[in-house]
Amino acid sequence: MMRHQMLKVSLRQRTLAAITISVLLLLGMVLSGLWIGDEKLGINPAEMNEGPSLNHLFGTDWLGRDMLARTFKGLTLSLGVGILAAFSSTMIALVLSLFASWSEAIDRIVTWLIDLFLSVPHIVLLLLISFAMGGGFKGVVIGLALTHWPSLTRVLRAEMLQVKTAEYVGVSKKLGKSRLWIARNHILPHLMPQLLIGFILLFPHAILHEASITFLGFGLPSEQPAIGIILSESMRYLSTGMWWLAVFPGLSLLLMVALFDILGQSLRKWIDPFHGQKGV
Amino acid sequence: MLLVKRIAFYITGKCIKLAVLLIAVSILSFILVSHSPIDPVQSYIGADITRVSPEQRDNIAEYWGLNEPPIQQFLNWGKHLLQGDMGTSLIYRSPVAEVIAERFLASLALMSVAWVLSGLFGYVLGMTAGMKEGTWVDKLIKGYCFTLASTPAFWLGLLLLMLFSVWLGWLPIGLGSPAGILEEDVTFMERLRHLILPAVTLSIVGVANIALHTRQKLVDVMNSDYVRFAKAKGEHGLKLLWRHGLRNISLPAISVHFASFGELFGGAVLAEQVFSYPGLGQAVVEAGLGGDVPLLLGIVLCSTVFVFIGNLAADILYKVVDPRIRRGEI
Repeated sequence: MMRHQMLKVSLRQRTLAAITISVLLLLGMVLSGLWIGDEKLGINPAEMNEGPSLNHLFGTDWLGRDMLARTFKGLTLSLGVGILAAFSSTMIALVLSLFASWSEAIDRIVTWLIDLFLSVPHIVLLLLISFAMGGGFKGVVIGLALTHWPSLTRVLRAEMLQVKTAEYVGVSKKLGKSRLWIARNHILPHLMPQLLIGFILLFPHAILHEASITFLGFGLPSEQPAIGIILSESMRYLSTGMWWLAVFPGLSLLLMVALFDILGQSLRKWIDPFHGQKGV
Repeated sequence: MLLVKRIAFYITGKCIKLAVLLIAVSILSFILVSHSPIDPVQSYIGADITRVSPEQRDNIAEYWGLNEPPIQQFLNWGKHLLQGDMGTSLIYRSPVAEVIAERFLASLALMSVAWVLSGLFGYVLGMTAGMKEGTWVDKLIKGYCFTLASTPAFWLGLLLLMLFSVWLGWLPIGLGSPAGILEEDVTFMERLRHLILPAVTLSIVGVANIALHTRQKLVDVMNSDYVRFAKAKGEHGLKLLWRHGLRNISLPAISVHFASFGELFGGAVLAEQVFSYPGLGQAVVEAGLGGDVPLLLGIVLCSTVFVFIGNLAADILYKVVDPRIRRGEI
């Protein structure tokens, strides 16, 4: 009994620690990215093609630009795109799942829409939307926003269906409350934790897809120091042995995505009592 | 008799679903494409645009039917599509169907090798982790899978390229066959050598999903009553896994693997771009960048069918092969 209790407390503390550390690290990444001014990103012909050193931890590229500064700037950019995309996707998911609670017919339409969006490979769909918008920043954000809602909508819809059959909803219906009232007072509060977790867990996907689509040449314009741009430019210099151009920016991206993933999973453990009981 | 009727019903239902899906996808993608600010005439002519007079531009637009309203254009395209004519690719200057067929074959080789490899590795890793739940082996495999889930596929490709092609020089840097050799002179071994790196990249990325799923299923099975009973009888280790675990986790694992065709295709697009492998993924990127609308639409439809086939296979495995479900309603 005693041991059990101790384990539980320590799991909770561990979860909280994971949340705090990942938030701090992410904040650090973003703040340092915002703090880096344009002068750090400038061209410096005196220090071209240098490997990693104490002066330039990530090395410099063929124009003498510091890769550390470019990487952090790129991560901040990714985060900005991620926030925009994840927020809009979450909103779409929320609205659609509330719509689905309205009637059987609308529920069927929403399910069909989910299936429709999942039936085209994600990258191809992103490519198509980016093409329709003529590429650039706008194309990426709209593409990411319009394609990340299906899986979250599925989760929210399942949750919504559960609440809808609950007794207290039935009582409210009998008392003559309107469907809008039920959606606002019964379903919405119940969806909130899932919504928050879903929002955080959308980030990793959105950021990775942003980098991929930018890498393919459809995303952010090439003068921006986005990670996708950095990596696609580094391809031209790989055969000359400039490995640091690709390794560190990619590793930083991986770290950021992993941190968001850890943050989301820990939040779920912390908020959601059903998953929180078992230490995964 | 009843079974035949049921199967016929199932097949008809799936065919209708595919037809509706394809119609919806083509309408949706046509709307998107027709809103694009990229001018197809300009991307067709390219840098010579200044040397082409406005009259000639109009002629080209007229010839392609670009002056007609979008709905008319869609109907024209749809009519030709139903007759098997997908239009002419602007950048390859040959029929879209031919381009897709040729490219799809190359992609299929890549994707099937990667699919089988990642399936096998993922399954074995997942089983190992599930059997050793809670130990350091399990934690190692889980950590590996979670790291992979956050890894950009194209970055992994770049790393492998640097390691094996540039640094060690074991494998070629890219393309589907050696440069400077005629297409028919390329040997099978050469093609295989060019296939290795993209396929390995693709399969490393695909491992995570299947491994985590298999692990979870096996953990569930291992906590079930019948395994507890078997353990009480004294069964343990591989024999226990063979008798009670394998059958229960194989089918869901294969189904999940079939259902991942969409991600497989997406991964192939990135891997092909990194290794300049001449597959469908590279073609779709070129079509998008070059404003090649017929090819783009063709590949969108083709990839939709590809994903549909994967999901169908998963569905059939789940619903038809599993005896518990077969006895019930399909």
